Amino acid sequence: MGPSDLILDVRNLSVDFATHGGMLRAVHDVSFTVAPGETLALVGESGSGKSVTSLALMRLTPRPPRARLAGQARFRTHAGEELDLLAIPEPAMRALRGNAIAMVFQEPMTSLNPVTRVGEQVAEAVLAHRAVGRREALQRAEALFERVGIPDARRRLAAFPHQLSGGMRQRVMIAMALSCDPAVLIADEPTTALDVTVQAQILELLKALQRDTGMAIVFITHNLGVVAEIADRVMVMYAGRIVERGAVASVMRAPLMPYTQGLLRAVPNLAIADRFEPLASIPGTVPNPTALPPGCSFEPRCPYSVPGLCDTCVPPLEQAVAGHDVRCVRWKAVAECRT
Amino acid sequence: MSVAAPLAEVEHLRQWFSIGRLLGARHTVRAVDDVSLSIARGEVLGLVGESGSGKSTLGRAVLRVTEPSGGRIVFDGQDVTRFSRRQLRPLRARMQMIFQDPFASLNPRMTVGQIIAAPLRIQRPGLKRAEVTERVADALRTVGLAESHAERYPHEFSGGQRQRIGIARAFIMEPAFLVADEPVSALDVSIQAQVINLLMEIKQKLDLTILFISHDLAVVGRLCDRIAVMYLGRIVEIADTRTLFCAPRHPYTEALFSAVPQTDPARRRERILLKGDLPSPLAPPSGCAFRTRCRYALPACAEAVPPLIDVGGGHWKACIRDDLTLRSAV
Repeated sequence: MGPSDLILDVRNLSVDFATHGGMLRAVHDVSFTVAPGETLALVGESGSGKSVTSLALMRLTPRPPRARLAGQARFRTHAGEELDLLAIPEPAMRALRGNAIAMVFQEPMTSLNPVTRVGEQVAEAVLAHRAVGRREALQRAEALFERVGIPDARRRLAAFPHQLSGGMRQRVMIAMALSCDPAVLIADEPTTALDVTVQAQILELLKALQRDTGMAIVFITHNLGVVAEIADRVMVMYAGRIVERGAVASVMRAPLMPYTQGLLRAVPNLAIADRFEPLASIPGTVPNPTALPPGCSFEPRCPYSVPGLCDTCVPPLEQAVAGHDVRCVRWKAVAECRT
Repeated sequence: MSVAAPLAEVEHLRQWFSIGRLLGARHTVRAVDDVSLSIARGEVLGLVGESGSGKSTLGRAVLRVTEPSGGRIVFDGQDVTRFSRRQLRPLRARMQMIFQDPFASLNPRMTVGQIIAAPLRIQRPGLKRAEVTERVADALRTVGLAESHAERYPHEFSGGQRQRIGIARAFIMEPAFLVADEPVSALDVSIQAQVINLLMEIKQKLDLTILFISHDLAVVGRLCDRIAVMYLGRIVEIADTRTLFCAPRHPYTEALFSAVPQTDPARRRERILLKGDLPSPLAPPSGCAFRTRCRYALPACAEAVPPLIDVGGGHWKACIRDDLTLRSAV
């Protein structure tokens, strides 16, 4: 993949937050690329830095000195121009946000304005970026509602968020995100608050919309099942770092990082047991970001850790096989142990 | 349904809520409507359904936390439907609950020791301070926390640790019956497995009976003996876990299984997508409440609420179609 085929090229992104105890690094040196039409999943548990990574791309982290961004995030515009999302002035960023790069959040109830009709809210997004009148913007909102599968679209334009179900509210959010034909859609846990049957509908909708528009999707989730369902490539994050990344089939079938292996084992599948057998779990908890271990962040919980090797310095993210990277100095030995 | 006398039982239970005057008319939500269920001693019964299905309301009703609108609640052979608070108190020691949200279910102004000791203080007011401290320490050790944690406050703990505190509080009375309402839904995957294992370990130790409420079929499949599936206030199917997973008889159960995302790409199959959303519980469809989203619905489905019928071997379903071959979960 040549760089000109990329829509997003993130290099060495780091995010620091100011805390009482000094600067705290939430995202460490994260690099990744996204191609048009591709879905990249960022997966990790609470505190892994997956959401902060996505907020940093949108420049929605607090302004300095409360938070500091480092690195580059090159975005290729429709006109072929390359912009560094972390460096462009705020008015230029504002012109991109909700336009060429759009975002959908986890909780549609808190992301929508409770006292404004949903049609108005979508029209507002259109008016912000397109030179159209209000009537035209509302027509566009209606068309978007139809496109995201909101039945009875015209009537629903006049609904308030509380009058809609969680699934319908998330469709409104998606309609708003699509209002200006984004090249990149960042979806942060968009189905986590929804029931499984509704989650399935929303995932299908996103896939269908992507097929039609060719937009790239950066999909943030903690759910590995959802990753397998929607993503082309996956990036596993732990304690602010990428610890494994590759094609979904490769990472799901043959995970190389002990953390990914542990996570996949801990997810109960739809299997039945006649007697309860303890689920595989990962001992311990995620390290405190103010006191990360000196070596591999996962080392204190890792069944394969070797003193003197894993706990001295942070391992590099290295390519194990083509297109599959892992941050573990012992990945070869671990792979042999598992076979 | 089971040979041994059940520990907890509800018959034709109704829990209706009146929600004031909306647009001039009085509205009733039938959160639980005509549910009969019995839980055998030592059994883990799973209760699954989506938001608004009435599973949490049913869980609370079984414990007589709420006053039912109709039907009967029996606990350990006693009809407790109309028991007063005073009459219920001795029974409360034997039934406990753990909750979904480990942040909202612990009082932030009490120490962990005070939280865990609360049931003891109410149920055993005569207990000496030293004995209380000893039992709290025991409970903390059982759930994998340290004795010294008793002095700390809930905000000093992670989500998984808080859920352990909630479990310690539930188990300090050594109850016979536990209602666990989505106890692991708010936890990260790696922690979720730890908490489930802990729960099952204690279950074995105390020979506990559990009503396990969850929206996660995979979790329920791993730890429940039997599973009841709820939709809009009613049980639509109930069977032992193996039967339900291998041979579901209700289209809603089939769709629920199909919607669970699988991590193994090889297990990925064509998905059954349900149409639309859960109908409003204020105005449920006539007849079978699921018919509006059901791909097998017939005109007859709109006519009457399908009764829960026995299809053999303790397997019950509320669907008038007998000609369906539904997809299994595995």
